[in-house]
Amino acid sequence: MYVAVKGGEAAIANAHRLLADRRRGDRSVPALRLDQIVEQLALGVDRVMSEGSLYDRELAALAIVQARGDMIEAIFLVRAYRTTLPRFGYTRAIDTGAMLAERRVSATYKDLPGGQLLGPTFDYTHRLLDPELAAGGNVAEPLQRAGDSEVMPRVSAILAREGLIEPDGDMPQDHVPGDITREPLEFPMARDIRLQALSRGDEGFLLALGYSTQRGYARNHPFVGEVRIGEVELELEVPELPFAVPLGSIRVTECQMVNQFKGSAKAPPQFTRGYGLVFGQSERKAMAMALCDRALRASEFGEDVVAAAQDEEFVISHSDNVQATGFVEHLKLPHYVDFQAELDLVRRMRAEHDARERAGRAEEKREAAE
Amino acid sequence: MRGQQARDQAERKAVMATLAQSTGDDIVRLWNEAGLPSEAEFLRGPETGLVTVRGRVGGGGAPFNVGEATVTRATVRLPSGQVGHCYTLGRDKQKAGLAAIADALWQDPAHRSEIETRIVAPLQAAQAKAREQRRAETAATKVDFFTMVRGED
Repeated sequence: MYVAVKGGEAAIANAHRLLADRRRGDRSVPALRLDQIVEQLALGVDRVMSEGSLYDRELAALAIVQARGDMIEAIFLVRAYRTTLPRFGYTRAIDTGAMLAERRVSATYKDLPGGQLLGPTFDYTHRLLDPELAAGGNVAEPLQRAGDSEVMPRVSAILAREGLIEPDGDMPQDHVPGDITREPLEFPMARDIRLQALSRGDEGFLLALGYSTQRGYARNHPFVGEVRIGEVELELEVPELPFAVPLGSIRVTECQMVNQFKGSAKAPPQFTRGYGLVFGQSERKAMAMALCDRALRASEFGEDVVAAAQDEEFVISHSDNVQATGFVEHLKLPHYVDFQAELDLVRRMRAEHDARERAGRAEEKREAAE
Repeated sequence: MRGQQARDQAERKAVMATLAQSTGDDIVRLWNEAGLPSEAEFLRGPETGLVTVRGRVGGGGAPFNVGEATVTRATVRLPSGQVGHCYTLGRDKQKAGLAAIADALWQDPAHRSEIETRIVAPLQAAQAKAREQRRAETAATKVDFFTMVRGED
């Protein structure tokens, strides 16, 4: 028998009204404005843009406030919004070498062209809570230093001059970059598709996997060749104009991971690489992405696939936090009928079990009597 | 002749780049100050959509898709016939409309210098200043290594 049940409409409407109230909180506290979130919770906004896979600061800020600060919910909102917009095309590939860098550090070369630029970093802070911030004190303007702007070649280019590192990562000439928003995932996948999935992947998941490689699960001896953060210009080819139209700039974080060398009978030993590129300012995510990218290249280098971080199907299928939260959280939605069926089944099994036991005991008694 | 055409295209692109990098508020303010005409027929938009941003594997290798960005575009025709286009990051429709009109006016010899001096030049100057300030602030965080001499020689 199947009985359809309807109900809860009023409860749902009232719950959403209550949610709106709780989201707003105490009305005597001023409501947050989106520009406050964009300016003062900038890295949270960047995370929502990166994992929501949509570069738009105001929308990410709106999503954060609507989600009451629940980042995965905010990412979900942004992903849903994205599907409502038409596509104008694919930009020309950004040139991170031409970036106006706001931070650029290398752990492999002390004196590299362009220098070590710390930028606005949490590194070297003492991680002590600042009571002055709670009191809302004034903040000093940053210092400036004059001087010529130096060119800032990628560290990989420096190593490449000596042939000590593998090239950037080419695909066959006629290869069209795959797009996971258009085609379903298929395994094994090309590196370009993997990078797209990793770039929108969950920061915590990729961080844990990257960490696992450092702890010995698919160890590959990484060095941060370089991390750079800054703005790059976007250009789009459109049929109505004879040149690529400039769209403006976006901020990205790039990580070039340099990993232990590989060689073969034919090729001399050289460093291998992992690559990370994410929207906004997030070097943790870019570094984790680069570690995972390198680990996932195991079969390319003939390495044994022994750890989770090397398992493409495992990593890519579970890196998307919108899919993950959808499947985990759906468990709390009504499963009354499913559960009734299970309940019925377990009752029947119990009855059969009890019947068997009773029969067994009767048999024992009979044998003892005989 | 071809050289002239290439120069024109490069200049037009530079104007579009400056407008795309500006905020809508700045464009509106300068537009009002200059008293430029803003009547135009919208052939398309302003409408918001997505572009997929591409990066390169390893920084310089094969292209891959990083994620999407919002872009607003508009195409306008002036009463004098010029057709102008704009594509700009974000969702500011007023900005996209005005930038498309600016592109059309720039193609009209009667308005080109006005667009360049009253709109583009001040925006460019402000952008160059902001860029230089950002660069100088970053430069102040550059590490100057020095060698510690230890022990007696």
